[in-house]
Amino acid sequence: MTPVATALASARNDGRAALVGYLPAAYPSVDGSIAAIQAMVEGGCDAIEVGLPYSDPVMDGPTIQRAAERALAGGARTSDTLRVVEAVAATGVPVLVMTYWNPVERYGVERFAADLTAAGGAGLITPDLVPEEAGEWVAAADAHALDKVFLVAPSSTPERIASTAASCRGFVYATSVMGVTGTRDVTSTLAPELVARVRALTDLPVGVGLGVRDGQQAAEVAGFADAVIVGSAFVAQLLDAGADHAAGIEAVRTLTVDLAAGVRSAAGVRAAT
Amino acid sequence: MTTTADPVSPRIGQGSAALPDSGGHFGRFGGRFMPEALIAPLDELELAWREAMTDETFIAELDRMLRDYAGVPSLLYDAGRLSTAAGGTRMLLKREDLNHTGAHKVRNVLGQALLTKRMGKTRVIAETGAGQHGVATATACAYLDLDCVVYMGEVDIERQALNVARMRMLGARVVPVNTGSRTLKDAINEALRDWVSNVDDTHYLLGTAAGAHPFPAMVRDFTRAIGDEARAQVLDLTGRLPDAVCACVGGGSNAIGIFTAFVADADVALYGFEAGGEGVATGRHAATITGGDVGVLHGARSYLLQDADGQTVESHSISAGLDYPGVGPEHAWLAESGRATYRPVTDAEAMTAMALLCRTEGIICAIESAHAVAGALDVARELGPDATVLINLSGRGDKDMHTAAEWFDLVDASGEVTYAATAETGAPGADGGAGSTR
Ligand SMILES: Cc1ncc(COP(=O)(O)O)c(C=O)c1O
Repeated sequence: MTPVATALASARNDGRAALVGYLPAAYPSVDGSIAAIQAMVEGGCDAIEVGLPYSDPVMDGPTIQRAAERALAGGARTSDTLRVVEAVAATGVPVLVMTYWNPVERYGVERFAADLTAAGGAGLITPDLVPEEAGEWVAAADAHALDKVFLVAPSSTPERIASTAASCRGFVYATSVMGVTGTRDVTSTLAPELVARVRALTDLPVGVGLGVRDGQQAAEVAGFADAVIVGSAFVAQLLDAGADHAAGIEAVRTLTVDLAAGVRSAAGVRAAT
Repeated sequence: MTTTADPVSPRIGQGSAALPDSGGHFGRFGGRFMPEALIAPLDELELAWREAMTDETFIAELDRMLRDYAGVPSLLYDAGRLSTAAGGTRMLLKREDLNHTGAHKVRNVLGQALLTKRMGKTRVIAETGAGQHGVATATACAYLDLDCVVYMGEVDIERQALNVARMRMLGARVVPVNTGSRTLKDAINEALRDWVSNVDDTHYLLGTAAGAHPFPAMVRDFTRAIGDEARAQVLDLTGRLPDAVCACVGGGSNAIGIFTAFVADADVALYGFEAGGEGVATGRHAATITGGDVGVLHGARSYLLQDADGQTVESHSISAGLDYPGVGPEHAWLAESGRATYRPVTDAEAMTAMALLCRTEGIICAIESAHAVAGALDVARELGPDATVLINLSGRGDKDMHTAAEWFDLVDASGEVTYAATAETGAPGADGGAGSTR
C-alpha cells in the first residue's frame, strides 16, 4: 500500500473517515506555507495536499485563486512547491501535490515524478487531467510508485467512474458538487449518491472534496466518505488574517481541530450504516 | 471587378476532415484537458453537434439564418488598386467584414446558438477580449431569444467601452473579470467556472477554434464555409486556384475557416499571420506558434506563451482580437506538419497595411485582418506578379477607429480630428506613434 492508502486504511480501522487538508505552496511565503501546513498536521490532518500555484486555475473559486495569484506575484516557482512537500513530508504525514497539468508537463513529467519522489511526496491529484490524456503521467507514476488521484464528478457516467477509478492509486477524488472550489453553507446532496456510485465500482477509498468548511459539515461527509478533503476553508483563514500570519496559522490549527473532531464524531454514524 | 454572390450555397461545410481523431487530437495537439465534471457536457455537446450536422432541418435553418440574416455568402472582391500596390500580384479579398456584426465570427456564433436551442438550453455564456465575439454572441442571443452573459476582463472593458455598450444594448449582461491579468484568458477561465456550475441550462459559446474537443472541430465546421465559398468564387473568377491563402491567427477561427477547403490542394500555400506586437524578440507579442512553446492551456495541447514553469505569460498586440497567449490545436498541427506557414506581423506593419487598404480600396478593415493584409503583401512580393493571393478580410475596422486615430495621430490635443494625416503612404512615423490601446 502507498503511504496515502495506509493513512486512509488506518483511519478506517479506527472506525472513522480521514481528514485531508489542502493549502497552496508559497502563500503567503514558502516558509509561511510550511508553517501553516505543519499546524494542519499537528491539528490532526491524516494527509496533506499541497497546491501548486497556477496562473489559470479553472477549477478554483475566488479564495484559492486569490492565494495562488499572490503566491505567483511573490515569485513562487515549481521548485518551491517541491520544497514545501519536502518539509511537510519530513513530519511523517503523506503529502500529495494538487496541480493543474501544464506546470508538470513544462517541468518534464518524468523529472517531476523523480523530484517529487526525492522530496518524499506521495503522488499527484490532477484536476484538469483525465486518464485518457494521462499516459505519460501514468507511466512515470508507476515507475516511481506514486499515487495517481483522478477526479470523478456528479456528471460522470458509470463507465467513466469505472475507468477513472481503475486508473487511480491511493484513493478516488469525488467532487461533490458541479462547481468550483469554495466553501458552501450546505453540503452537497449529490455527494452521498456519487460516493455510492463509486463504491459500487471500486474497492479504493473515496475522498470527498469541494465545500466543507467546519466540523459539523465534516461530520456529515465523514458519514459516507472515506476521506473528507478541506481546502478553501483553510485558505480563507490565511487570507482573512492578512499580514498577521501568526494569527492565520492559529486559525488554521483551530479549524483543523474542529474538523478532526468532526470526522471522529461521525464514527457512530458510520458504524450504524 | 467584383463577383456578386455566386451560386455557392451558404451551406455550412460538408464532408468530414480526417482529423481530429475520436479523442479530439490533431497529431500530438488538441485533446481534452478539462475537469472531469465537464467531460460529460463536452460529450453531450459533441453528440448534439454531430447529429445536427447530419440533420437536414438544422442545416436548412442555419443556412437560412446565415443567408437572410447575416448576409452570407460574403463577396469575393478583386482588389485592383491593392494589386497594383502589391507589384501586380492579383489580390483577392474574402469580404467577411461585410457580414452582419462586422466579422466572420457571426458564422460560428449563429451555428452554436442554434445548437444551443437544439440542446434545449436557454442560457449562453461567452468570453470576449475585444468585444467582437461578445457582440456577435449578444446579437445571436437577441435574435434567438436566449439569455446571454459575457465575461470580459476589466482591462478590456476599459479599452473597449463601445463594444460593452453594444452588448448591453443587445440585452446581454457583461460581467467584469478582475482575476489574473484581467484580459481574455481570464475571461475564458471565468466562463469555464460558470459553465461547470450551470451546465444543465447553459451552453458555453466559445469564440474561436481552440479549447477542448469538440470546440476546435466544431468551430471549424461552422466557419469552413468561408473557404468553401471562396474556393468556388476564385475558380469562377480566375479559372484556377489561388497560389496562396492568407489569414490572421488569434485563436484561429477565421484562418481555419478559410484554410480547410484548401488543405487538400497541395499547390495552394497556406499562411497564418500572428500578432507580432512590438516584435517577437521584445517578448511583447501574441505570436504563439512563432514565439511560444508546446503546452496545455484552456483544455487543449497546443502552442502557448508560457514561462519556464509553465505559467501562462501575458500577450501583447495592438489588435485586441489577436491578443491571446494560446492558439487552436489544428494550427499547431498544420504548422508542425508543414502544411501551413505561420509568421509574425508587428503592430506597425499591420497599421501600415490597414492604411494602405484604406487609401487604395476605400475599405477600413479590422486591425486583426490588417495583419493578414500585411503578411499577404510580403507573400505577393515573394510569389511575383503572376500569382494570385486570397486574403481573408475577417472583419471591419469601425471598432478600431479609436486605436487608429491615436496611432496615426488623427486627433489633436483638444480631441478634434485633424486632417493632417501622417505620410500619404499611410505609414506613421518610424516609431509608430502611441501604438497601443492600453
Ligand atoms: C475581425 C477579427 N478577425 C480575427 C479575429 C481573431 O480570431 P480568430 O483567430 O479566431 O479568427 C477576431 C477576434 O476578435 C476578429 O474580431
